[in-house]
Amino acid sequence: MQVLMALLSGLVFGVGLIISGMTDPSKVIGFLDLAGKWDPSLAFVMGGAILVGVFAYRFATTRSQAILGGSMQLPTNRRIDRRLVLGALAFGAGWGLAGYCPGPVLASLATGGSKPLIFTMAMLAGMVIFEIQDRFAQPSEEKTA
Amino acid sequence: MIDWEHFTPWSSLTGGLLIGAAAAILLLFNGRIAGISGILGGLLRPMAGDIGWRMALVLGLVGAPLVYGLAAPPPSVHVDADMTTLVVAGLLVGVGTRYGSGCTSGHGVCGLSRLSPRSMAATAAFMIAGFVTVFIARHLFG
Repeated sequence: MQVLMALLSGLVFGVGLIISGMTDPSKVIGFLDLAGKWDPSLAFVMGGAILVGVFAYRFATTRSQAILGGSMQLPTNRRIDRRLVLGALAFGAGWGLAGYCPGPVLASLATGGSKPLIFTMAMLAGMVIFEIQDRFAQPSEEKTA
Repeated sequence: MIDWEHFTPWSSLTGGLLIGAAAAILLLFNGRIAGISGILGGLLRPMAGDIGWRMALVLGLVGAPLVYGLAAPPPSVHVDADMTTLVVAGLLVGVGTRYGSGCTSGHGVCGLSRLSPRSMAATAAFMIAGFVTVFIARHLFG
């Protein structure tokens, strides 16, 4: 059942990304191009998603368990450290270069030809590099999301 | 200057509401944060009993254009980036989202919905980096 709900969530997420315009890199870059002709559409994507999200999280905090059982696994780390900021800066640079972020590129794989595929392979390689580096780094307790 | 020609407030808002609904489904039913980079990253660090839902969510995302295609023709998209740029950008996104513990979905949507200070900092950082990168690529070198 948890697997089914995750599948449904992924499908709804992906259809939302397609309808919103997030799967079109030129639209994403049009949003990031403040100095050119600016397309503010993606602010509406974020606004719409957060509007629903705020209520969902409000409701979630009143529950100790998920509907299908198991604990609510919400992040507890509140530290803003160098790792977080440098990582986010690197991500933003990559996002601005190609116009893809992880969700939209996955939702482009089936119909988008070779470009989203190449980006996805490179992105997965980047994640593997992180895993390898992280395993060799000294063990720390601050790794939870 | 606003690009009125490409401005799509209604479809973008509708898509955003669906993204929020997807995050709500995963949160309320499964007790999980819908952060795509974290869900993918977890598959590279497999733990027993933790793989199925991650695979299913990725499968849903990948299958979404096929489901969408049943109802409407796929929207036209443009990828300006060449192969080299795609590889560099993909590496940056892969490494950056894992070090930064999230991307547009985990920090930008879920984190801001929870009013997490960590996610606000991360979202500010990746938005600024995105703005600066596009400025450099389009207006200094473009």
